[in-house]
Amino acid sequence: MTTLLWGVLPYVTFALLVAGLIWRHRHDRFGRAARSSPVRESKLLNIASPAFHYGILFVLVGHLVGLFVPESWTDALGVDAHTYHLFSLYGGTAAGVVTVAGILLLVHRRRTDAPVLRATTANDKVMYAVLLAAIVMGVAAKLSHASGDGYRYRDSLAPWSRSLFTLRPDTELMAGVPALYQVHTVLGMALVALVPYTRLAHMFSAPVRYLFRPYVVYRSREPRQWGQRPERRSRERLGG
Amino acid sequence: MRPMAQIAMVMNLDKCIGCHTCSVSCKEAWTDRQGMEHVWFNNVETRPGQGYPRRYEDQERWRGGWRLNRRGALKPTAGGRLRKLAGIFSPPELPATEDYEEPWTYDHTNRAGAPAHGDLDPVAERARRQASDKVRNEFEQTFMFYLPRICEHCLNPSCVASCPSGAMYKRAEDGVVLVDQDRCRGWRMCVTGCPYKKVYFNDRTGKAEKCTLCAPRIEAGLPTVCSETCVGRLRYLGVVLYDADKVTAAASVPREQDLYEAQLDVFLDPEDTRVRRACEAAGIPDDWLAAARRSPVHALISKYRVALPLHPEYRTMPMVWYIPPLSPVVEALTETGHDGEDARNLFGAIDALRIPLEYLAEMFTAGDVGPVRSALERLAAMRSHMRAVNLGEDPDPSVSAAVGMGVYEIEEMYRLLSVAEYADRYVIPTAAVGDARRLEESALTQGCSLDYEGGPGSGGDGPFGRGSGRKLLPLTPVEKFHILGERRTADHTADVEET
Repeated sequence: MTTLLWGVLPYVTFALLVAGLIWRHRHDRFGRAARSSPVRESKLLNIASPAFHYGILFVLVGHLVGLFVPESWTDALGVDAHTYHLFSLYGGTAAGVVTVAGILLLVHRRRTDAPVLRATTANDKVMYAVLLAAIVMGVAAKLSHASGDGYRYRDSLAPWSRSLFTLRPDTELMAGVPALYQVHTVLGMALVALVPYTRLAHMFSAPVRYLFRPYVVYRSREPRQWGQRPERRSRERLGG
Repeated sequence: MRPMAQIAMVMNLDKCIGCHTCSVSCKEAWTDRQGMEHVWFNNVETRPGQGYPRRYEDQERWRGGWRLNRRGALKPTAGGRLRKLAGIFSPPELPATEDYEEPWTYDHTNRAGAPAHGDLDPVAERARRQASDKVRNEFEQTFMFYLPRICEHCLNPSCVASCPSGAMYKRAEDGVVLVDQDRCRGWRMCVTGCPYKKVYFNDRTGKAEKCTLCAPRIEAGLPTVCSETCVGRLRYLGVVLYDADKVTAAASVPREQDLYEAQLDVFLDPEDTRVRRACEAAGIPDDWLAAARRSPVHALISKYRVALPLHPEYRTMPMVWYIPPLSPVVEALTETGHDGEDARNLFGAIDALRIPLEYLAEMFTAGDVGPVRSALERLAAMRSHMRAVNLGEDPDPSVSAAVGMGVYEIEEMYRLLSVAEYADRYVIPTAAVGDARRLEESALTQGCSLDYEGGPGSGGDGPFGRGSGRKLLPLTPVEKFHILGERRTADHTADVEET
């Protein structure tokens, strides 16, 4: 069981992520959008969307620092374990609260606004369930081990996650991790695997190149656009 | 000089009867799909009026177009690159479904009891400040005209500039502004960026869509659907050559009233041998140059100067121009007992038009009455001159001279505006000769280039392959194709029978 969860599952997740991204790129570039719905409802979206997105970006940065910056580096900078814990506790909780508030508002909007609900697919609902569960479990795990120096995930979770990249997963490290953290990790992996197959795929569309290109874009007709275009199967049939 | 070619349109507002045939045929062709219910790539609005979407001209609210920043450089009104990216998670300023008008049944209480949505027409509000009394008495009570609108396919498109994904582009060959559906990520900034609100968000696919100037038809040398079906024959399509190097400078002139002249300066004269040599060097095909010389659009814009751009003050350099309406002035003069077609009366009356010049000027020249008056005077002179010709009188050469036109020129303009036939109104070169045959083949046997799943032409085959089941497009013999073409383009039934 330990090997399956902490030695196999991460690689399955990674394979699904990469395969999904390749599939999207080759067969369904059209479907790689957030399918936002401001035309249907914009007041709540105006508040909830930035809250959620900025929150989750901060959370992402927190995860990257927590998992991939070894303790020896922060020690070298003179940050002791307690300071680190407080920083991660308050910073993480603040970002977590903003994110949770954002996503709750978004889910509320999706449920109560009839036009928005009608634009919601089964795929979206699964994605929302996993996303919400992962976020809630993460906040729960953090807050239930808040006392003292907190749970020292930097001695178990973080080295384990780094060991994945050397292709020698140290599954023993995960044995003693509290259940909440374990559940959160599994949900997190599920979420990563879902990214290319759901509307989350839009996270790979950050328009960084906009900063460097001229305002007006000229393009010539491409020879492969002459005549009929090959039919492409989209992920979902869009009504026609 | 970096010459480029653009297919542009001119609409003669004198002839628009507001029948919406263009809108309906466009809707049938392009936006008859789920998620596009609120979208009219072509719409006809009554002026004065709020327009479609409601009050789209109020840029304080919708933040469309360009502005000059403190250093005098062009910047999208909705903010530059950094500002857009910083606010990318907040939905941009976007008209809601109500602003596009929801579908309605003929329950007139809904209409009669509808609340006022801001009062009046934004253009009227601006003009009112200048000519308040005249405007108050005449705007709402005594006149109206129709304004058909499509995408302007601007030379300096602010929608393209607003797109973070780089999905929108101006096609180098013919200047058509398009959205690459595969690259569009649905940020919706183009909808805000377009001051004419002619980019729409398809909330089913989550992508932006817009008027394509019927690109697949233009490529094959056919006019757009809206032009093809126009009952009043008021639309003209043709090639305009312009200097791409001058566009930014022209769009950045400090005074808004100078933008019309600045845009005229960007256009190139296809009769100029230097220009033609530069065009050849730039790879513009010969048949495009030939079409540019015969272009009705170039003639109406640059030669006769009767067509004017819609809202040049947005600084996007629009390429669908309008001939301002004159009709009510003749009518008004006749009613007061004067001879409405007499040039001397007409010229004097243009300032006392039923459609106040100030209103037209707010629409077409950022408030400068001069160019509107001069365009209307030319139209009036043409009427007066042609009346003399038709009554067998000697036309008074001073009439045409008064508007700076020769007798021959004024008669040429009359032919173009009144009796021009299909081939004179639409002078459209096909896409480069090299791939013309492939296009023809695709038009005959396969379907159109936008015929992909979920797309505007959505056809496609079933699970058993293309050969199975109902045939979508019957194979058309070349002869039949040509017969159909002739019938479509003929102006008289007799022409068809002869062939």
